[in-house]
Amino acid sequence: MTRFDGYKTDGFYDEMFFEDGSARPAVQMLVERISNFENGEFIRRQITAEHALLRMGITFNVYADEQGVERIFPFDLIPRIIDANEWEWIERGLKQRIHALNLFIDDVYHDQKIIKDRVVPADVVLSSERYLEQCIGLDPPHGIWCHITGTDLVRDGDGQIYVLEDNLGCPSGVSYVMENRQLMKRTFPQLFGMSQIQPVEDYPSRLLDMLQYLVSDRVISPVVALLTPGIYNSAYFEHSFLAQQMGVSLVEGRDLVVMDGYVHMRTTKGFERVDVIYRRINDDFLDPEVFKPESLLGVPGLMDVYKSGRLALINAPGTCVADDKVICSYVPEIIKYYLDEDIIVPNVPTYMCWEDDDRKYVLENLDKLVVKEANQSGGYGMLIGPHATRAEHAEFAEKIKENPRNYIAQPTLALSRVPVLIEDHFEGRHVDLRPFILYGEDIYVLPGGLTRVALKKGSLVVNSSQGGGSKDTWVLSGAV
Amino acid sequence: MLSRVAESIYWMSRYIERAENVARFVDVNLQLILDQPTGMQAQWDPLVATTGDDEVFEDRYGEASREAVIKFLTFDTENPNSIISCLRAARENARSIRENISSEMWEQINDAYLMVTETSEEWAMAEPHQFFTDIKVASHLFMGQTDNIMSHSEGWHFCQLGRLIERADKTSRIVDVKYFILLPSVSHVNTPFDDIQWGALLHSASAFEMYRKTHGLIAPNKVVAFLLLDREFPRSVLYCISKAEESLHAISGTPLETFSNSAEQGLGQLRSEFAYAQVDQILHSGLHEFLDAFQTKLNDVGEDIYKTFFALRPVNGESTQSQSQK
Repeated sequence: MTRFDGYKTDGFYDEMFFEDGSARPAVQMLVERISNFENGEFIRRQITAEHALLRMGITFNVYADEQGVERIFPFDLIPRIIDANEWEWIERGLKQRIHALNLFIDDVYHDQKIIKDRVVPADVVLSSERYLEQCIGLDPPHGIWCHITGTDLVRDGDGQIYVLEDNLGCPSGVSYVMENRQLMKRTFPQLFGMSQIQPVEDYPSRLLDMLQYLVSDRVISPVVALLTPGIYNSAYFEHSFLAQQMGVSLVEGRDLVVMDGYVHMRTTKGFERVDVIYRRINDDFLDPEVFKPESLLGVPGLMDVYKSGRLALINAPGTCVADDKVICSYVPEIIKYYLDEDIIVPNVPTYMCWEDDDRKYVLENLDKLVVKEANQSGGYGMLIGPHATRAEHAEFAEKIKENPRNYIAQPTLALSRVPVLIEDHFEGRHVDLRPFILYGEDIYVLPGGLTRVALKKGSLVVNSSQGGGSKDTWVLSGAV
Repeated sequence: MLSRVAESIYWMSRYIERAENVARFVDVNLQLILDQPTGMQAQWDPLVATTGDDEVFEDRYGEASREAVIKFLTFDTENPNSIISCLRAARENARSIRENISSEMWEQINDAYLMVTETSEEWAMAEPHQFFTDIKVASHLFMGQTDNIMSHSEGWHFCQLGRLIERADKTSRIVDVKYFILLPSVSHVNTPFDDIQWGALLHSASAFEMYRKTHGLIAPNKVVAFLLLDREFPRSVLYCISKAEESLHAISGTPLETFSNSAEQGLGQLRSEFAYAQVDQILHSGLHEFLDAFQTKLNDVGEDIYKTFFALRPVNGESTQSQSQK
């Protein structure tokens, strides 16, 4: 008799159970433990955990919601477990991917060899909204552009893991990874003692190491700052959390000023020089003199200091070009071109609407596909064909015909599921996984990452802005 | 320390102190009324006068009834100095500097705010003593954490500065208002009720027991001296401005008895005025005038703190006002 009696996988790939209801090897102990809890004990712990989140103020902001500006990011106590072998494969795949993407970004802002060799069409790169001419010829420290990446992975119905997108902009969620872990340790201390779970707690130290690595050796004690848009940004909690964990200043644009060729912070004792900025604002807003002139979040003159080499920016401006969903679909070719290797973790198959054959297929099969704008994220600007109405299909068909370059389509994946506590029993809900990758002296992948879960029954959208929650992700270190 | 961070710490601490003071004097007044001779009109308007928001109150509520005053001072989100507004402002400030204060301090402020937002007005009206005690305890917990967890460096000194300046201001207002009300009631002089009233004034500043230990019998001039000029009682005006001065000098590094900015100069002058004052002289030449002048000078000090430490950033042409955050 287990607490999971009556739990159904409903024909989906379940991260915990086989189709016949037996537990996968890596989770057997967890299932046993949970089954041993007294009636109501698990629910009680879930409620306690939610209360703790509110108390700790681990919240995100919902735009256009005046009264309850902050919400907790719903958290579910059942962890998502990844065994050592599978993780080893994922880790290798992500390192390969980031290595190649970095070479690609550096190339498109310099010699553009990959374009000249006709591996990626010039049109695709140069027409991307995220390709920034202002960044041509820039040489970031150590040639690294994408220092921090939060690649989204999904598992399809047959168990295959795919890369959905890379999130090279300002990927958020790593603070939840650490807070979720802390919460789980508090809630199930014995379970942690018994399992061999790879730690995530050293992320802030690794992040700080990476940030300091980017400063030239001439600077004796480098000053690092984290640049936030402010307390009303949806990820403000994370900005403040990371600054606190690293012991660096959390600054807003108005705290910074460019003077004498350096960036300075305004302090109670006058101006203080800053050497490294981990910026959590988008390229467009960084410097009103170079990008959007109306930006109030950035710092006028910032890019000049960056170009002169007296400031490191993380990620490097211009990096997001590789986030363009059309460019993203060329990653297998990009990896082959720069590394002469086959891609390890494959991309989700993608149809490019700017190619005639693909577009024809997409328009004929809108009811089966997920259509996305090339430059949108956060679950905005997309059509989930099977769940959409006829009118929505027609609307997207028009949009695609009007601006084919701006749309891609992918098959609707049967995202894998994990049990979630719904009232007093467990039900399967769809999940994805966002591992975090740091590129400094070498490439490091945080074991696990953020498992986001679509809490609405049947929903495939895991974004926090649209009813998503999260789970702790355990990467086991030993063989099962 | 970033100017913006210093300013937020300063205001976070001021708002917490303000919420505590409001809770304390509402609570004292509630208890005082229980001791009033029957047939005597309950006095609620002085409470509003103490916060300096009497005009706003009159516009919005008119008559100063128990319910109206408690609502205005506690749950009215449109009154920027109500307990809920103060805690909200304290929390917003804390939220913008979470990485500079400890997690415990943040959680304490967050808890206090959540407690008030989750409390129903009905319950607070029915159990006011418990409610106001909870607010005071929350403030004390926060201050205790500040003292025991935060390094006593620049940030802590800004915290001190905010708390002490706010407290000096509130103590002076409580004395001002109460003295004005108590003095004319000649008929009650030397009656038990008079004793209770002056006792209540001391209670409003949590000073009753310490006063007893120092002066014994309750006498109006000694009560005033205790609340304004005592050197050891931590809520007296002199104590507050002396300690605030120490923190100010710790921040700038300038030795005491000298000054390097207008805030230090102003606060130093104010402190010496109090240090060398005598209560009978103050009463003789007019307590109200004395306190009025004090509050103006204290506002100027707040202004100078702003200009000296926080205004390094371009100011967007706002008018300055020291009683609330810019």
